[in-house]
Amino acid sequence: MPLRHWYARGTVHAGAPGVRAVTVTREEWRRVAADVAGAGGRLLSLWAGSAGHDGRPVHAVFLGGGGGLVVKLPMVPGEPPCPGIDDLFPAASRMQRAVTDLSGVCFTAADTRPWLSHAAWPPDFHPLSDAPPVADSVAPVTAPYEFVRVEGDGVHEIAVGPVHAGTIEPGHFRFSVVGEKVLRLEARLGYVHKGIEQRFTQLPILEGHRLAARVSGDSAVAFSWAYCQALEGIAATQLPPRAAWLRALYLEQERVANHLGDLGALGNDAGFAFGLAQFSRLKEQLLRMNQEVFGERYLLGAVVPGGTRLDLTPSGAVLLHETLTELDCEVLRLRTIYDEHAGVRDRFSGAGTVDAKLARRLGLDGLPGRASGQSYDLRVDLPCEPYGQLSPMKIVRAEGDVAARVALRFDELRESFRLMHRLLTELPDGSHQCAVRVPPETAVGAGLIEGWRGPVWVLLEAGHAGTIRRCHPHDPSWNNWPALEYAVMDNIVPDFPLINKSFNLSYSGHDL
Amino acid sequence: MLKTLRQIAAIGIISEPPPQADESLRVRELLQEHILRVLGRALCIRHIDAGSCNGCELEIQALNNPIYNLEGLGIRFVASPRHADLLLVTGPVSKHMEAAVHSTYEATPDPKLVVALGDCGCTGGIFGENYASRGRVSNVIPVDVAVPGCPPNPTRILQGILAALSRHAIRTGA
Repeated sequence: MPLRHWYARGTVHAGAPGVRAVTVTREEWRRVAADVAGAGGRLLSLWAGSAGHDGRPVHAVFLGGGGGLVVKLPMVPGEPPCPGIDDLFPAASRMQRAVTDLSGVCFTAADTRPWLSHAAWPPDFHPLSDAPPVADSVAPVTAPYEFVRVEGDGVHEIAVGPVHAGTIEPGHFRFSVVGEKVLRLEARLGYVHKGIEQRFTQLPILEGHRLAARVSGDSAVAFSWAYCQALEGIAATQLPPRAAWLRALYLEQERVANHLGDLGALGNDAGFAFGLAQFSRLKEQLLRMNQEVFGERYLLGAVVPGGTRLDLTPSGAVLLHETLTELDCEVLRLRTIYDEHAGVRDRFSGAGTVDAKLARRLGLDGLPGRASGQSYDLRVDLPCEPYGQLSPMKIVRAEGDVAARVALRFDELRESFRLMHRLLTELPDGSHQCAVRVPPETAVGAGLIEGWRGPVWVLLEAGHAGTIRRCHPHDPSWNNWPALEYAVMDNIVPDFPLINKSFNLSYSGHDL
Repeated sequence: MLKTLRQIAAIGIISEPPPQADESLRVRELLQEHILRVLGRALCIRHIDAGSCNGCELEIQALNNPIYNLEGLGIRFVASPRHADLLLVTGPVSKHMEAAVHSTYEATPDPKLVVALGDCGCTGGIFGENYASRGRVSNVIPVDVAVPGCPPNPTRILQGILAALSRHAIRTGA
């Protein structure tokens, strides 16, 4: 069945534009997934909803065919496991394992090892389904994990993490290597799982944006905007235009800050400490300007339900204009230096390649996806206010190596500077905030925002009297972690930090 | 190469003087004066993300930029706890990281200092304690200095690190 029939059968989803929702039967569940895959669509997220009269329904959200499609499969207790879709969308595998860990819904799938549960709580306790166990956790250990073994002459394993050698987030990487060449990498994540989804259900719905901003601290604007978009969708809020424009300004600022940081770190990982010194200087300049204009260096509290916490003052706008112009010039100058540096070029080119065919098969999304020929950018494909009026340029490269991911960041910086100048120049007058009422119980809203890493998804179910029944935040790192394991194959172990940094995926946003 | 050199010359040295130690951040008196004399101001720090949202990590990284110029103060981040004098711990401690935090603490040679960073490290923050989170760092290992903030800015972090080191605090603790 063509994809458009599923869209036609669905109803409009509250919140993010262009999203529709359809409820399917067990037989249709895999058929709709196959139709999405056949039409070149992609899986964004998969989760179990709150328990209700239809059991604990499993949901998936697909992007493709010019919109987003939320597919809901009611699951009656006692039924056989939910049919897995990991053969159609490889990224679904870990999402299904996480649903089993947290909600207790089982899947028929090739891999049913626990994913987010490391045995720190009883195996029969499902935090999103059950009341907390009376006894406290078992001993502070993590259970042994069955890594896939590579065997053969001279093959050995290198185990790295969870505590890494630098100031980065924790995770475990198991390399199978011959000499210095990587044959296989398998990641084990979940170390920073801190019960975010359960915590949401303990917060008032009008306060949930604060937790959303801390799902992944480097994507605070993307997550808090997505949360507010979902909330405002079910609370029938008419967002003032100025608020939407200010949020876009914050989102592009977040992209710029992260890209500046990454470009410095990538230079450093290629042995060019000059790059780190220069780009971290520029990032600091941006953060100090944030402090002055927005009242905080990282915009963790900037997006609030109904608009933004602060308005932009005329003097703030002038300072922003000046800083952005200066940064734009500096970045151009540094790009020339990166481009002309033979040693840096040698390390970047051909390292960690994911070609377009593999990227498509794995469902690589967001920034690394665009560096591997996957032409997806929600700001263009499914724009929310104000992106429809800004005509942002989608930047795509074909090579899929570290060099492509570096070049993409340089190009996206320029485009974000352009968008920010435009947002500042044409910023609508009026209020930056409006009141948001408590949404009706059981209303379900969706948030979908193109953060700097890629598409950020928030699904919000309202509970009784201003509570949250269920909130599922999804970071694009879920879709991209598996691809990193392919990217490092046949590369040398010392190139792993460089390749890993070029993806710069989130641990916290993934582990929840 | 010429462009690189020209850029270095054009920017010059932009490092700022360090802030004063903030004694109010001290929560536990432990070290004796002679220890400090040994450590002096050449301090090795091992960072542990015990469950953070990655916000605090961004500000720790900023300490190494040329403006805060941490290494210029004789303070540097090291790759192993065995080389460290001070552990800088962020996040509420997730139960999945509890064992790793213990092992890292045990691997750090005595005398050691622990700085808990950020609202989560100080109190558990917005995540608190639950089936997966042990909350504040001091629930898991002894903490000398706690630096609040979400995230604390680099100056605050530096003040906390310097407080852990300050001679004055050592004298009162001795």
